[in-house]
Amino acid sequence: MSMNRIMEKVEAKSLRADRFEFEIGDSVEVQVRILEGDKERIQPFAGLVIARSGSGTREMFTVRRIVEGEGVERSFPLNSPKIAGLVVTRKAKVRRAKLYFLRDRVGKRAFRLKERPMNAPPADAEKKKSRKGKRAKAELAAAAEASGKAPAKKEKKERKKPAAKKTTK
Amino acid sequence: MPKMLLGEKVGMTQVFDEAGNVHGVTVIQLGPCHVLQVKTPEKDGYHALQIGYKEKPKKQANAPETGHAKKAGVAAKRFVREVRLGDAPAEAVGQELTVALFEGVAAVDIVGTMKGRGFSGVMKRHGFSGLETTHGVQRKHRAPGSIGPSQFPGHVRKNIRMNGQYGNSPKTSRNIKVYSIDPESNLMLVEGPVPGANGGFVLVRETKKLPKGTKR
Repeated sequence: MSMNRIMEKVEAKSLRADRFEFEIGDSVEVQVRILEGDKERIQPFAGLVIARSGSGTREMFTVRRIVEGEGVERSFPLNSPKIAGLVVTRKAKVRRAKLYFLRDRVGKRAFRLKERPMNAPPADAEKKKSRKGKRAKAELAAAAEASGKAPAKKEKKERKKPAAKKTTK
Repeated sequence: MPKMLLGEKVGMTQVFDEAGNVHGVTVIQLGPCHVLQVKTPEKDGYHALQIGYKEKPKKQANAPETGHAKKAGVAAKRFVREVRLGDAPAEAVGQELTVALFEGVAAVDIVGTMKGRGFSGVMKRHGFSGLETTHGVQRKHRAPGSIGPSQFPGHVRKNIRMNGQYGNSPKTSRNIKVYSIDPESNLMLVEGPVPGANGGFVLVRETKKLPKGTKR
């Protein structure tokens, strides 16, 4: 077993099964488990997702909100069992992966982002489709099988064309 | 036999425990090892087991190595070490040892080969403070300072710490907590760092140290 596979296997146990679907710019409510004595209670933290970083078990996301005129940011480990849930309340159209520019904004502008409908497909849906390689293919095939569709044949044809051109040259 | 195995450092990562706390762990591929030879007082003057980890490709192994391993019914090994014993072992030549050996072990010592740092100065090598940055210090900011007295004894005393080759040498980290073991895939997770680069060979043995805070 290659070393990368070993790492994946070790980390798989620490990855959460209920993968949250959210994007940069979404307004979310993070439900954080808090222990008080021996009682557990859930504390919500609502705000705007301004960053996502890391991969595997180390993936973190940052939520920003304004509390009494003061900007508050909290970073959460995405896979921590201490996060009980995450609810997306609003989606927004953003053009960058890190919304740090919001830190310099004051007042109403601090959260004014162009809204997107809640049922909009993820912004990187198109990108994912164009991914190449064995693994991307396998994922696509699995997704197609799950939705009951045959894998797209179009892609194959497109790939063959440029190869044919080369031979004529 | 004393609990000791050979393996390979895979790398570091983070895992969550049941309480939701995060642990920085090092993943070690530990074993399976094979007993290559049993040393006896009659023949070798002492009791010991010779164990080996990871197959050596046929191309790389020489004839003596291959022949030696053949007695144990395995291919030549890349990493071979000896386990010294007080008396005759229960293990036989050719026996496979797995990480299951470490069931219930709380802490281990780990010997690895440090990352090489080349010819290093005293600040990196021995943690000296160096001289001051300002106040008239010129061209000697990372120098060791004085290395001894003057006319008496008239020479530099032995064992003064100076610059030189640093790293690429064996290093033992003692009393490292075992986070978990996985006999199925021959893995051990220990808390914190382990000497050496990823992919480096390591020797893991049960520690003789007592847990922190306890008295002998």
